[in-house]
Amino acid sequence: MDSQTTNPLPSATELEPTVKIAAQQVSVYYGATAALQNVSIDIYQNQVTALIGPSGCGKSTFLRCINRMNDVIDGCRVEGKITLDGEDIYDPDLDVVQLRERVGMVFQKPNPFPKSIYDNVAYGPRIHGMANSRQELDEIVETSLRKAGLFDEVKDRLNDLGTGLSGGQQQRLCIARTISVNPEVILMDEPCSSLDPIATARIEGLIEELRQNYSIVIVTHSMQQAARVSQRTGFFHLGDLVEVGLTDDIFVNPADTRTQDYITGRFG
Amino acid sequence: MTDPPPSNRRESNERVRRRYASERRFQWYGRLAMLLGVAVLAFLVLTVFSSGYSAFVRHQIGVEVFFDTDALGITAQSPVEELEQAEYLLLLRKNLFKMFPKIRKRRDRKQLLGLISSNSGGELRDLVVSNPAVLGTKQTVWVTSSSNVDQILKGNAPREIAEKSRLLGDKQLKWMDSLADEGRLRKKFNPYFFTRGDSRAPEMAGIWGAILGSFWALMVCLLLSFPLGVAAAIYLEEFAPKNRWSELIEVNINNLAAVPSIIFGLLGLAVFLNFFGVPRGTPLVGGMVLSLMTLPTIIIACRSALKAVPPSIREGAMGMGASPMQVVLHHVFPLALPGTLTGVIIGLARALGETAPLLMIGMFAFVVDLPGGLLDSATALPVQIYLWAESSERGYVELTAAGIMVILSFMVVMNSIAMYFRKRFERRW
Repeated sequence: MDSQTTNPLPSATELEPTVKIAAQQVSVYYGATAALQNVSIDIYQNQVTALIGPSGCGKSTFLRCINRMNDVIDGCRVEGKITLDGEDIYDPDLDVVQLRERVGMVFQKPNPFPKSIYDNVAYGPRIHGMANSRQELDEIVETSLRKAGLFDEVKDRLNDLGTGLSGGQQQRLCIARTISVNPEVILMDEPCSSLDPIATARIEGLIEELRQNYSIVIVTHSMQQAARVSQRTGFFHLGDLVEVGLTDDIFVNPADTRTQDYITGRFG
Repeated sequence: MTDPPPSNRRESNERVRRRYASERRFQWYGRLAMLLGVAVLAFLVLTVFSSGYSAFVRHQIGVEVFFDTDALGITAQSPVEELEQAEYLLLLRKNLFKMFPKIRKRRDRKQLLGLISSNSGGELRDLVVSNPAVLGTKQTVWVTSSSNVDQILKGNAPREIAEKSRLLGDKQLKWMDSLADEGRLRKKFNPYFFTRGDSRAPEMAGIWGAILGSFWALMVCLLLSFPLGVAAAIYLEEFAPKNRWSELIEVNINNLAAVPSIIFGLLGLAVFLNFFGVPRGTPLVGGMVLSLMTLPTIIIACRSALKAVPPSIREGAMGMGASPMQVVLHHVFPLALPGTLTGVIIGLARALGETAPLLMIGMFAFVVDLPGGLLDSATALPVQIYLWAESSERGYVELTAAGIMVILSFMVVMNSIAMYFRKRFERRW
């Protein structure tokens, strides 16, 4: 623990990191069908955890459990326990809005609001009352856009519609929007699946930078991407978390044959 | 790939030929249907226009009037009340008789009076009240001709028929022609049609009272049905649990939109008039009944507009930590507003054209005064048209057609606004 206080930015593989999110025996049902069964996984602070697996394996479902986005789906039921810093996030007394302030989310398809670039980023701070003046808000917007690596491209047209940007820019705008409320965890649901390779590379570089300040969980279809950006990887298959561990181990030395088959491209 | 055998290809060519033929045939069906529709519409508009445009002009007769202060019993210094009370019709009659000194018989004189509008005394009064300086002077006053003169001059009523069935007698025609020869008969724009309420005299009747009545009723309708409809739609679409009850409500709302409007009128009669005692025949109760009709339309339009907002917007906002209410108010509803407004305007346009429910709640009266507010007795545009169409006098025919023109132009304007909203704001994401 001493080493952590002296070094605020621990490199994940070297140090024993802090558990940020702990999921224990999480099962999710849509009506009668189980989408996830008994998933237990730890998400560590300042690390990127990648969730991989074939389509329909439940990785996105699990991701959406972490900020309770499944709440709004009719007939969806979550069992088990997920804690954020030791706090049960499915506690009935917990306010979902506050949870989502701490756990931000970036979606598969870039979904900026049909408002100006400025308003897109300023929306979160506004509704959470984070800025007391226009100046403060301007600062938050600028910092967030800078962190998302978008500021230089859009600084002259902050009042243009966010939906008018290119796909990659839109996704970075969504990332800027997410980090504008200064969350602790960022969930990314296949953030690059609708982007070209160049935009993907930019986002991946961004993820690596963001890791310094946030804990990131990323769902991805691309195993190369998981290998490139993550420190830890979990492999889902048919609603089960088959295997979770250090990314290097999973890809070089998988314990389960299903993982082996998937990463060598035999199915999925 | 090898070439298909020749017989096969011939069959295939035959199929292609048949397909082309049937496609051409189908296109012609469509063109025919469209042509038929346009033709019917053109015929309708043409008929209405050809019989209605003449209501926008009227004939006036120039009468030499000596504003005799003694006969009227007033002077230029008299207060307005006295000016208004004087006997102008008598004065006008006397002066008219003076222009035809040869007519001495009482019956003939009465017939002579049939050339001018029975309400033309009021025109003299308005002239004096607005300009008392004319008192004591001699002026040529252009008074509105009677509807019979007007109709014959416009050619709406036949002239070359037997006296018995003609609107004017032989003598009256002779006097009319002599007036025309003297240049005392002129055709002018008819401002009364756009400024007055209904009247027993067709030449004095106007549509403005009905427009005001419709306006007030639609205001009430809008103020009631827009907030109620939007609130209901938002609740049903965004917040209500999806269970058997909400399904039942949805089915019922859809059914309500198809309920014949007279039923809403009966409901209004029973509930608003008899139970709540809202004043009868007023724009207030008219608007309330109309809002019953527009509510389902608005709810359905607003719900489908809300449904059309992509879920990614909702997710994005929720992911930012917006509460359900904030998601709706900040993101979803603003995006659904154009669609909602389109529905509102179309609903209001329907309400504007609605007659049956208004008959039930008494907005069916003969109303001369212009309604100044929600609690004045009033009639509405379509009802006014109906009233005129029911009237037997020849002069109301053109008024009916002109009234239809007015209501149609309101419809066109409202639907254009709805279309503008749709085009201007559609799909911004």
